[in-house]
Amino acid sequence: MSARRIPTGGLIDRSRTVPFTFDGKAYTGFAGDTLAAALLANGITLIGRSFKYHRPRGVFTAGVDEPNALVTVFKDGLREPNIPATQIELYEGLEAESQNRFPSLDYDINALNQLAGPLFGAGFYYKTFMGPVVGPLKGTGFWMFCEHFIRRAAGLGRAGYDKDPVRYERMNAFCDVLVVGAGPAGLMAAEAAAKAGKRVILAEQEPRTGGTANWSGEAIGGRQAALWAEAAVGRLTAMDNVRLLTRTAVWGYYDGNNLAALERVGDHLAAPPKGAPRHRHWSIRAEKVVLATGSFERPIVFPGNDRPGVMLAGAAERYANEFGVLPGEKIAVFTNNDGAYRAAAALKKAGGAVVAILDVRPEISAAARALAEEAGVVPLLGHAVVGTAGKRLAKVLIQRFDAATGRLSGDVRPVEADCLAVSGGWSPAIHLASQAGRNPAWDDRLNAFLPPQPTQEWTGAGAFTGTMRTAEALSTGRDAGLIAAGKKASRAKLPEVAAPAVEINPAPVFEIKADGKAFVDLQNDVTADDVRLAHREGFLSVEHLKRYTTLGMATDQGKTSNVPGLAIMAGARGLAIPDVGTTRFRPPFSPVSIGSLAAEKHGHFKPDRLTPMHDWHVERGARMMEVGLWHRPMIYGGAGETVEQAYIREAATVRASVGIVDVSTLGKIAVKGPDAAEFLDRVYTNMFSTLAVGKARYGLMLREDGIALDDGTTWRLGEHDFLMTTTTANAGKVMQHLEYFLDVVWPDLKVHLTSVTDQWAGAAVAGPNARKLLEACVTGTAVDNEALPFMGIVHGGIAGAPVMICRLSFSGERAYEVYCGAGHGTHVWEALMEAGEPFGIAPYGMEALGTLRIEKGHVTGAEIDGRTTARDLYLDWMLSKKKPFIGSALMDREGLIDTNRIRLVGVVSLDGQPLGGGAHIVENGSLEELGESIGHITAFCYSPALSKYIGLALVKGGKARHGTRAFVSDALRKRFGPVEIVSHHFFDPEGSRMHG
Amino acid sequence: MLIPCPHCGPRDLSEFSYQGDATRTRPDPASTDMKAWHDYVYNRPNPAGPHREYWQHAGGCRTHLLVTRDTLTHEVQAVAFARAALNDGAGKP
Repeated sequence: MSARRIPTGGLIDRSRTVPFTFDGKAYTGFAGDTLAAALLANGITLIGRSFKYHRPRGVFTAGVDEPNALVTVFKDGLREPNIPATQIELYEGLEAESQNRFPSLDYDINALNQLAGPLFGAGFYYKTFMGPVVGPLKGTGFWMFCEHFIRRAAGLGRAGYDKDPVRYERMNAFCDVLVVGAGPAGLMAAEAAAKAGKRVILAEQEPRTGGTANWSGEAIGGRQAALWAEAAVGRLTAMDNVRLLTRTAVWGYYDGNNLAALERVGDHLAAPPKGAPRHRHWSIRAEKVVLATGSFERPIVFPGNDRPGVMLAGAAERYANEFGVLPGEKIAVFTNNDGAYRAAAALKKAGGAVVAILDVRPEISAAARALAEEAGVVPLLGHAVVGTAGKRLAKVLIQRFDAATGRLSGDVRPVEADCLAVSGGWSPAIHLASQAGRNPAWDDRLNAFLPPQPTQEWTGAGAFTGTMRTAEALSTGRDAGLIAAGKKASRAKLPEVAAPAVEINPAPVFEIKADGKAFVDLQNDVTADDVRLAHREGFLSVEHLKRYTTLGMATDQGKTSNVPGLAIMAGARGLAIPDVGTTRFRPPFSPVSIGSLAAEKHGHFKPDRLTPMHDWHVERGARMMEVGLWHRPMIYGGAGETVEQAYIREAATVRASVGIVDVSTLGKIAVKGPDAAEFLDRVYTNMFSTLAVGKARYGLMLREDGIALDDGTTWRLGEHDFLMTTTTANAGKVMQHLEYFLDVVWPDLKVHLTSVTDQWAGAAVAGPNARKLLEACVTGTAVDNEALPFMGIVHGGIAGAPVMICRLSFSGERAYEVYCGAGHGTHVWEALMEAGEPFGIAPYGMEALGTLRIEKGHVTGAEIDGRTTARDLYLDWMLSKKKPFIGSALMDREGLIDTNRIRLVGVVSLDGQPLGGGAHIVENGSLEELGESIGHITAFCYSPALSKYIGLALVKGGKARHGTRAFVSDALRKRFGPVEIVSHHFFDPEGSRMHG
Repeated sequence: MLIPCPHCGPRDLSEFSYQGDATRTRPDPASTDMKAWHDYVYNRPNPAGPHREYWQHAGGCRTHLLVTRDTLTHEVQAVAFARAALNDGAGKP
């Protein structure tokens, strides 16, 4: 066994043993472990197989930058793939599985891909799977054929198929100062700002606050750095004006200093408390932001740098100091800077044997020498690693190296080691800054990009700014906090830091060129040769390089590979790194669950709109359906009735006697003011200024481009008082349309609009006996043809409630819409039902409503679909020639008046089978050989009046095809059959029934 | 992005509906100048920099605002009620 737990030390809770499983085997760890730490503690260094070549991979980092150790976690019956083991906190019963291996992690069949390595270079898929020029697999067809097999072999974890049952929520927060990162700099900044009286939010992505203080081995203020950090956090949590968010990754920096963060509330708990969400999305508006996001260590690229056992030096140090885990027994260190020497000393102190320190530099600082002495080894200067061996690391191959020329010389010598700690320097974590700043600046000293000039209100602190020492973190942190709080930087004494005076600036060595695969991006299996190949093929821009090779993509977004990749590209192009440029960091900084973004916008938090008579419908056994946010009765099913039987019965009752339907959902807009009539003349295609008070008129609206927008009736209740109705679906859209024209186009018109949809309850009473029904229950007004002619309006009472009745018809029958205050809705409805009882009244739902309107050929949103014109719908009789109106200028354009456009017709099924909405109309063909579509069905039903299956359709040429035959073709529902194209006015085309 | 609604105060973008370019002029309603109508309905200059546009505070007071916004930085440089600005002539493009 190589990696192991050390007997003492670390910030884990050794009193609490936590059982978990990995690939079905049971293990234990301690509370405070990450899965990566616990696996290493159990001697497991092989964690997964790589993306393309199925190479064995282990733990490479200890944090959010992990490219390698991705696992699938099973929780609450769900599988979640591709989670870095370094980001999973151990909990009791944690169930994790390795990925991308078959049949097992140890013996993976696709590891054969490695032998075919040269074939799988950059752009492999694009080049290889270009099909022949002719034939069934021509062009991309061949790719689509092969893709199926490739997808099975390549890739990472598999996503689950089950619905995610857990809850997510969203939180809006406001603060004066948001501090991102709770390392030494962030803690100082938060405390300084909080003491100045500011409302502070301190967000830390890790479960443990303190950042580097947890594993640096340094002392701050005369005590262990971790204890200093703990005390600082204690002071902060005691303050009312500080909100500390741990496990919260700030991932996006948006306009107006609005930052997005993801809090992982329940992931680390075996059983989260009832009601707690799994994740919480934070939208934080901050007056000022302090970015104390630290830095990422980066690797040196050399052949075999992906073998399990190779990891970043800082990560190795962190496992030893923070988790009490030794990542190997015989540890070699490979570095281009002094930082790794501290790691070497720490690993030695933890009980490991440091077998070699290989440094590319010819000289090192005295501090580094002292640390090497502590580690018990004489560093080999001017040396580099040129290869590794073993499925799990067993040997490191080394050679003399000249950092100035990049040349290797001398013999290749093996060094036995089961862990290789690598350090290639440090890059400030400028991701958020890059989202809210100009271009980052390259620093030749640090060999990294420094934060850009801000374009928003933030300041930086600590390693983020490129100052890598803890003493500087404390001073820049405090100053940033004070400046964010509107104060001046302070000269007061800071806590003393005891740390070795190492030289952080690395030698500019990014890659050791030797034989073998040297990986730049471990997660995507992108090698240094892939980068050079991309260059040879002409992908010079870093943005193209990224997309062609996939360097820097996927879950880690290239946190470890970014700078080495640029350096290799710069080398290939013969340019300096800053001249190659860098890709811009975009949100998210780290993976974000989609659920957290949807949060309450999906599921049962969606609002429901219920009509005043809703409960009545439900009590009467109505089957409800959702129409937008509204719930409306679909049918009122009797015992043993099918949906079709129910709507046919309901519709037939309306034609034979009387029915009643809830129309409260129609959009209703009060249009008032001295210019109201003029306004309506401008927005409707037909005239409304000529409408008499106490009358209603059917109106049609177009958009500016001449396409139909909506239809409905508008009632003139007074000289300056109109009640406009819109379709249920378009109520909001029409309101906004009208408001726009009043505010922006005709600001001089004196008109006021009020949405009154919810103020009125509406019931349509339709059928030959409708008038008799009203006569039986309406008081205060006559309702005969004289008093209430077609399109007339009267005011009266029903069962003591005031009502307004308009005689208009959607069903084609003699029909009345009865409106009353919403609070009287059920009362009036019940009175109407009672009055209708002698006539055998039937309440009817959306299905019957649709059937009746299809029989009449009335249009709805299915026909006014945003593509049709008034002419397409044979509503051109409504286009006034006496006045301009919205859409009148552009509605007569050539393309819009073409008679061969798809236009409204009726279709009758000739084989006695139902038609389907959306089905195509074709002139010939069969179910297998689809003929050319000449249109489609917009609505269909069984017509009790005609005893046939009928439908409305939009068909090329429209009326010109009346009397001809065609076929309905519906590949989706496997339906093909003959239809006759007829007029859309199926039933009572003269309208004698509704006028009578 | 925040838009300072003169009626409701600074509010988040999500409360507003973008209602289009405020620099175009609607031709006379009776005009048959098709080019003018096409320009009005379809053509947009899409400048990189300050841009005058309409935003409706749909989730608030529902008034249309005449907003000058820098399309490069999303900085809102000026806000007025569209109706008032147009009526006193200040809103004319």
